[in-house]
Amino acid sequence: MSMYHTKTVTELSAMLQAGEVSSVELTRYFLDRIKNSDDKLNSFITVCEEQALAQARESDEKLKAGNAPALTGVPVAHKDIFCTDGVKTSCGSKMLDNFISPYDATVITNMRKAGVVMLGKTNMDEFAMGSSNETSYYGAVKNPWNLKAVPGGSSGGSASAVAARLAPASTGTDTGGSIRQPAAFCGITGLKPTYGRVSRFGMIAFASSLDQAGPMGQSASDCALLLNAMAGFDEKDSTSIEKSVPDYSADLDEPLAGLKIGLPKEYFDHKEGGMNADVEATVKTALEQYKSMGAELIEIELPNSNLSVPVYYVVAPAECSANLSRFDGVRYGYRCEDPKDLNDLYTRSRGEGFGAEVQRRIMVGAYALSSGYYDAYYLKAQQLRHLISDDFKKAYEKVDVIMAPVTPETAFNIGEKTDDPISMYLSDIFTIAVNLAGIPAMSIPVGFVEGMPVGMQIMGNYFEEAKLLNVAHQYQQQTDWHKQMPEEFK
Amino acid sequence: MSSAMNSEWGKWEVVIGLEIHAQLATRSKIFSGASTAYGAEPNTQTSVVDIALPGVLPVLNKEAVHMAVKFGMAIDAEVADRSVFARKNYFYPDLPKGYQISQFDLPIVGLGSIDIELENGDKKTIGVTRAHLEEDAGKSLHEDYAGMTGIDLNRAGTPLLEIVSEPDMRSAKEAVAYMKKIHTLVQYIGICDGNMQEGSFRCDANVSVRPAGQEEYGTRAELKNINSFRFVERAINIEVERQIDLIEDGGEVVQETRLYDSVKNETRSMRSKEEANDYRYFPDPDLLPVMITEEYRQQVRAELPELPEQKQQRYIDELSLSAYDAGVITASLALSSYFDTVAEKTGDAKLSANWITGELSARLNREEIEIDKAPVDAEAFAQLLSRISDNTISGKIAKDVLDAMWEGEGSADDVIESKGLKQITDTGAIEAFVDEVIANNPSQFEELKGGKDKMMGFFVGQVMKMSKGKANPAQVNELIRSKMK
Repeated sequence: MSMYHTKTVTELSAMLQAGEVSSVELTRYFLDRIKNSDDKLNSFITVCEEQALAQARESDEKLKAGNAPALTGVPVAHKDIFCTDGVKTSCGSKMLDNFISPYDATVITNMRKAGVVMLGKTNMDEFAMGSSNETSYYGAVKNPWNLKAVPGGSSGGSASAVAARLAPASTGTDTGGSIRQPAAFCGITGLKPTYGRVSRFGMIAFASSLDQAGPMGQSASDCALLLNAMAGFDEKDSTSIEKSVPDYSADLDEPLAGLKIGLPKEYFDHKEGGMNADVEATVKTALEQYKSMGAELIEIELPNSNLSVPVYYVVAPAECSANLSRFDGVRYGYRCEDPKDLNDLYTRSRGEGFGAEVQRRIMVGAYALSSGYYDAYYLKAQQLRHLISDDFKKAYEKVDVIMAPVTPETAFNIGEKTDDPISMYLSDIFTIAVNLAGIPAMSIPVGFVEGMPVGMQIMGNYFEEAKLLNVAHQYQQQTDWHKQMPEEFK
Repeated sequence: MSSAMNSEWGKWEVVIGLEIHAQLATRSKIFSGASTAYGAEPNTQTSVVDIALPGVLPVLNKEAVHMAVKFGMAIDAEVADRSVFARKNYFYPDLPKGYQISQFDLPIVGLGSIDIELENGDKKTIGVTRAHLEEDAGKSLHEDYAGMTGIDLNRAGTPLLEIVSEPDMRSAKEAVAYMKKIHTLVQYIGICDGNMQEGSFRCDANVSVRPAGQEEYGTRAELKNINSFRFVERAINIEVERQIDLIEDGGEVVQETRLYDSVKNETRSMRSKEEANDYRYFPDPDLLPVMITEEYRQQVRAELPELPEQKQQRYIDELSLSAYDAGVITASLALSSYFDTVAEKTGDAKLSANWITGELSARLNREEIEIDKAPVDAEAFAQLLSRISDNTISGKIAKDVLDAMWEGEGSADDVIESKGLKQITDTGAIEAFVDEVIANNPSQFEELKGGKDKMMGFFVGQVMKMSKGKANPAQVNELIRSKMK
């Protein structure tokens, strides 16, 4: 049997277009891989065998007819946060275990239009709240590089599935690092676009002002193809931006000579966040590689970086406390048995339907918005958020991109941080500022420490996804970290 | 200002502020494309957004903003350059998202004012604190579901303009006058159908009392969801009475929300301030701030139709109506449109105004119906008045004809024809009546000729009686006078 799982989306797309493989064959191949291997990883909540094969057959028709879009027939896995018509959309929660969405998220619609085949829905932290994929109602996801380790979160299933090549690529969402951190932990490439670049319609909201969907794949080139399909203005999302979408594949080959890379000293001098020296050294090696490719490394300052985590843990819970109010046991989703009265219906449906981390964040958020505390917490956090954005704006006057670690350490072990939410929150210390500012950022694999992947973060100015993809792609032309596969899933 | 009030409530002064909810007449909801039409089967006018499925997002209806700005312009209010939607958080089964999208600290319409006319004819200016856009909730249906509650989300997401007044009113009558003024205005500018039975226009009243002359406000109670002018007046008065009795008996008014029960004519406590929700307002991150430019404001101002007061003045100046008639007619957009048609068709504004404020209004009041439900439309009414002008019938006969038209017996001409009510204008025919009456009453005729002018009435009356009211009174008069020579 052909080794289709060793192929990137870019390669599979070319094979499909050339008629070297059919979408049905490819889809069957990946469905089989999921069937054979996912019990080790738990990266899928729902596998859509029938729908996937139906879509694959349709794609084959289109491919035969000619002029089919680039992703036609390519099987992809979607994070279970995107509403999918007729398919269970759980968001990793008991609350929505019985929820079959009657409509498609815009990302899903766009992917369908691009001809993408949906293999299934991937596991995730409950309502995207978590950094280890341990808060899922469907159980922890495992890291294919070490089954005892977490894959990161919240898009842990999407990262794990791609790392193990159970899917050629996947979609994720990133509110505080939920694409980049699991991409780093699992050794894949992930991109969080500029806030407003990809429609949030149909993507179950965690923190509306921070949430953004993006691609997770084996390479920057794959992410470019996926983003081409995902991005665009959507009149159903008032915060999506009416700005034309460039061809993200077009500039991948631009040379990097003269590229100005900013290195924020706050992200490297880190002593409190538990920065692992080997991880930092690995990132620095990657930076040397860029230098050898003609880029210039410039130290910069992001003086308000230390505010990111506290600001984030006010803003995100505040927004989520309202976003999750609709899950009340009245119209859909989990409802407690035999409610005594309305209050009982609410408290038990929500108490039983939501996990501990979700409840913790709802309570923190409700508190931050309460009368008497609003000014001290929510309002103050919004003010500080501006400072964090301004830091980036100033930095991009001097540099083209900013590079930093994605995480202070490689993937930790399952259970290691579950009793210590603060240390869990600190694993997002390098990723959160990007969401607060709304800028785009990527994670690319740059090496290993003790057998576990290390990611490096590339942050760009607003709407400069094409630049990020170019910078990442050029590195991936020189290195093969992104081509490494975990032994067990080769 | 409060001398009249003092006589109404003794030494107490009443302070009232109103929060009016006007449902905006947009075709679709404020944040979704679902229809706002009233009366559909439960939950048939709901999109995925209205039922708050996971992942859905609101998109602001531009027309709702347009209408709010129109209102702001009509009351000369500040219309904000930048206003912000906020989430008002509370749980209730007919509130699908668990929060209502409203406006909080940055409403679209700021300070404005509106003049009302007091019973003694004086004008009083009532301040409008603000008006903000928000979405309505659904309806909880407690009947028909034994032990359960039905939820109808058709109304959820319907656009509302909440118009908040300053506590400037000092009696229930002033409150009603203010509410009517706003009611008329929103219909004139076409932003609300004003239908109170369907809940398109309803209000909450904040009521407190204080000893006359005291500057500090008393503790207020909020009377919720009152949906008729009559109930507003009754609810306020009954609440004022309750508060005064309470204080005079040594008690204290507590700040609370009260419900007016129109059947028992009483108000009762819904929830006290202690039980009140902390709504945890914060800006809705799903919606961008609403930015209004000066250019847009001016464009909307230019679009404004003639407002009630402008129309009233025009009726006085150009059509020579009395201030009273002009006021009555312009107090309702529908009535003034009716008048406009009648006046145009008849070419006699004065006659039209007299008949509309007189005979027509009397019939409407008697049957407690609004002008748009009148069985005689403006064109038919104009025909009737034209038959008075062209001497086909007398004013007196016209009232009978109107009665017949009201009962559905056809047009004015049909009724005049079928009942043979056409006025007799043939001089010969009238002269015959006159001669006969003179012949029958020779002594009275001598008195008339001798200068006893009031006998004239007797002779006209006799002739009219003989002609069954159909003789033209002016001709009758003239003929009798000619016989006196």
